[in-house]
Amino acid sequence: MFGGATLLLYVTGMKFDTSGLESHGLLIGTNNELLSGLSTAPSFDIPSTTDFDGFQKEAIQMVKPAKGTTTLAFIFKEGVMVAADSRASMGGYISSQSVKKIIEINPYMLGTMAGGAADCQFWHRNLGIKCRLHELANKRRISVTGASKLLANILYNYRGMGLSVGTMIAGWDETGPGLYYVDSEGGRLKGMRFSVGSGSPYAYGVLDNGYRYDMSVEEAAELARRSIYHATFRDGASGGVASVYYVGPNGWKKLSGDDVAELHYNYYPVEQTVVEQVMAET
Amino acid sequence: MARYDRAITVFSPDGHLFQVEYALEAVRKGNAAVGVRGTDTIVLGVEKKSTAKLQDSRSVRKIVNLDNHIALACAGLKADARVLINRARIECQSHRLTVEDPVTVEYITRYIAGLQQKYTQSGGVRPFGLSTLIVGFDPYTGIPSLYQTDPSGTFSAWKANATGRNSNSMREFLEKNYKETSGKETVKLAIRALLEVVESGGKNIEVAVMTKDHGLRQLDEAEIDAVVAEIEAEKAAAEAAKKGPPKET
Repeated sequence: MFGGATLLLYVTGMKFDTSGLESHGLLIGTNNELLSGLSTAPSFDIPSTTDFDGFQKEAIQMVKPAKGTTTLAFIFKEGVMVAADSRASMGGYISSQSVKKIIEINPYMLGTMAGGAADCQFWHRNLGIKCRLHELANKRRISVTGASKLLANILYNYRGMGLSVGTMIAGWDETGPGLYYVDSEGGRLKGMRFSVGSGSPYAYGVLDNGYRYDMSVEEAAELARRSIYHATFRDGASGGVASVYYVGPNGWKKLSGDDVAELHYNYYPVEQTVVEQVMAET
Repeated sequence: MARYDRAITVFSPDGHLFQVEYALEAVRKGNAAVGVRGTDTIVLGVEKKSTAKLQDSRSVRKIVNLDNHIALACAGLKADARVLINRARIECQSHRLTVEDPVTVEYITRYIAGLQQKYTQSGGVRPFGLSTLIVGFDPYTGIPSLYQTDPSGTFSAWKANATGRNSNSMREFLEKNYKETSGKETVKLAIRALLEVVESGGKNIEVAVMTKDHGLRQLDEAEIDAVVAEIEAEKAAAEAAKKGPPKET
């Protein structure tokens, strides 16, 4: 018995082929005889709870504030610059200062993590698998447009089910540098500059002020680093290490990873003043 | 709904899939179709059986668009062709929707071939009785391609190929006379191949030309007649040249 979609063709005539929108590889290709003629939308086990609608709302509310992070990315003349902090917080508790928030999807594409760490890590890895399969099937790399669209379609399928993902897909493909913002509400935006997370307003302030399209790689890296530093300074949910990555025609390269506390003293070195000496004597 | 799970296409003791081979027979009885790939032009030509007087010839188009940059001609069961073409057209749009990119010729050929293969390995269905010639330009690199699929679900790329009635003679002709061509020369080569097996004349062949910038364009009867006349003139000149010089020795 072949897939349900083709069987419907015999019955009703035309059915829009939604295999491209299927959310995960598990269902594609399985000739499930039990499906016999019904739609091939992915099916999930529904949690057994008395209040199904309310239960989902609770889950979403629990996860919502957790986009405690600062990530940013921007396109400039030489390529794409991607930067992020490395703090993970659970409410007021800092659970880690060394989280890798820039995920390497493949040698020429990066994703950033904001929101649920597990959701971001899993779905980025899944995206990496899909990109690789695309390469093998089509003998050419997938475009940043295509990769971001695959991720956005997956996330759209899970809309309202409590996924928390606010990511940027940055890469270099045949058409040059590409940057897309994709989130778990199903939104997908193409742009030149993005910042995501609780520290993003602070990062935007510094980034928008210092941005020029024709910067050199060093200037762009310094701008990215400074933006992350300022966000970590003011936002309690961001901190740790400011990582900066550069995506160019030959793929991505990690440029730096500086502890933001040390960066603070780089930008604002402590000067001995008379007042402080007086305080020491008492 | 009755359960369609009994297989129709099964192996014979000596390893043949007879249904697939019979499908190939159906293809061999279908009208002749030829495709030629040039450097900047791809030409598809199909034999046109004389249309009945009362029939609206525009409704029996044999060369169709799958997308702006991809066209298809086929030989075999026309009803099966309609179904396959519709599925391919949907897949072209579905691909544009999911990856924001037009399909490559190879991708859609692989899809059609995959579909044809699925129907040789499923319960309750028979294989599609047609071979297709798929042509198009790669949306980014602009490189022209010509592919052929058959009822077994295999596909491969060709510089020039023919399918349908008398395809062997056409292919032999193409093998002898193929060279890299462009523009009008490609059209001429395709028509010359068709004329090997079809009665001469614009009303017996349907020709479509695809270019990168203008997509698919059907040639009208007058244009085809003009090219046919050119071909005949060249043939006559070649014949005369053969008979001429020897008398001088």
